[in-house]
Amino acid sequence: MQYSDIVQEHFEHPRNVGTIEPADAEALVSNPACGDVMHLYLRIENDRITDAKFKTMGCPAAIAAGSITTELLIGRAVEEALALSRTEVNTALGGLSPQKVHTSVLAEDAVRAALKKYRQR
Amino acid sequence: MRQVYLDHNATTPVLPEVLEALLRYYREDFGNPSSVHRYGRRTRVAIDDTRDCVADILGAPASAVFFSSGGTEANNTILQGVAAALKGHGRHLVTSQIEHPAVLDTCAYLTQQGYTVTCVPVDAHGVVDPEAIREALTDETILVSIMYANNETGVLQPIADIARLVRQRGILMHTDAVQAFGKMPLRVEELGVDFLSFSGHKLYAPKGIGGWYARPGAPLHALLHGGHQERGMRAGTEHVAGIVALGKACAIAISDMHQEWERQQQLQQRLEHGIREHIPEVRIQGAEVPRLPNTTNVAFAGVEGESLMMSLDLQGVALSTGSACSSGSLEPSHVLRAMSVPAPYLHGALRCSLGRGTTLADIEYVLEILPGIVQQTRALSPSFVP
Repeated sequence: MQYSDIVQEHFEHPRNVGTIEPADAEALVSNPACGDVMHLYLRIENDRITDAKFKTMGCPAAIAAGSITTELLIGRAVEEALALSRTEVNTALGGLSPQKVHTSVLAEDAVRAALKKYRQR
Repeated sequence: MRQVYLDHNATTPVLPEVLEALLRYYREDFGNPSSVHRYGRRTRVAIDDTRDCVADILGAPASAVFFSSGGTEANNTILQGVAAALKGHGRHLVTSQIEHPAVLDTCAYLTQQGYTVTCVPVDAHGVVDPEAIREALTDETILVSIMYANNETGVLQPIADIARLVRQRGILMHTDAVQAFGKMPLRVEELGVDFLSFSGHKLYAPKGIGGWYARPGAPLHALLHGGHQERGMRAGTEHVAGIVALGKACAIAISDMHQEWERQQQLQQRLEHGIREHIPEVRIQGAEVPRLPNTTNVAFAGVEGESLMMSLDLQGVALSTGSACSSGSLEPSHVLRAMSVPAPYLHGALRCSLGRGTTLADIEYVLEILPGIVQQTRALSPSFVP
């Protein structure tokens, strides 16, 4: 499995690992096919994401996807964060191989699910 | 940083004595064995001598041993070759759910050609029940193929028991012995098999060489047509250097087979004991049934195998995983699924397969770093609550 340097870096030194209790927004998503699980936690103040934490059970790409997603989210307005797509995650990771693209989908699902619940409050 | 290779079931290094023995067949003795002149005669003799050596290991006549490019070609030849030879006699094969893709994918191909294949299940230990085979046999069955030792777990199958009941029905019996050949005595008469596959690069010979045993008289069509090499059963100029290497590797294997088995078993026990002692929530697949002495398939709850494997690789330890994420298809190991390994463990399995070069210091190093790696990876995981 050939990973980009960025994925390697985020796997060896993942950023923002942890939880936020209580979180302003959070979601637990999974990919049943390969067993990847991602839990995303957000702190939101004045409609802006001020902190993000994650936990992932999954392959190095899944861990890297969680890590880079939290970095992409911190400082973003909620409206902008809703636009965070799998493509953006994929690009930020330096491009994932076809077998690993599903990890960027997992990250997108986590962000959308967390913010959907937040907006519904 | 210490480098530890624990993936001998994937492949093995070529032993120095094996390399020494084969080099002249690339340099001075490069003749085509089919050539009539002295160059050909010399390499013809080398092949014949090797054939005798391999035949001895198996307790078979030399005329029953054939060389190929490896275990995959041997499996393909036997499955497709029996099907072709027995066309009109039946279109059903029986195999197991835990076979190597070389068998399972060939069965899938035969299915496309109109054959039916029954894949019998295994129990939670990964063992095929001979009774399940008996129940699967029909009047259309032409071949039963069950591996001797599983490549992912090391679990040994009751081949002699299975062969006995299969042959009682007048049906042919094949065993893919790729992982077992060279590690333990395999006497074809005692096993009662009609066909047996083996592969060089699992016993310290090069990649690209292997072969099969076929009981004299057993129906089999060739897969490769062309020249008359291997008595018309496998066309193509022989890989003389590979064959000689295989012979030398067999000789080395025989010379200390029992001691090496014991030595590896002790290392395996040290590894497994150390893992159980220092890491909670582990599961060793097939631990309670007869296994190869070099294979440990260990799963850790709440973590994913490829991440463990990569962390270990970064610290110098090379092994493999049957995890979904590391396979092209995203499916978890078909072997572990067939064993009904519970969900928390299914994605977190590692395969450690040690070999001749593995030392106690290697095992101690793994035991030193593994607990920390598992712990750190579990700390990343949402699902693991210690």
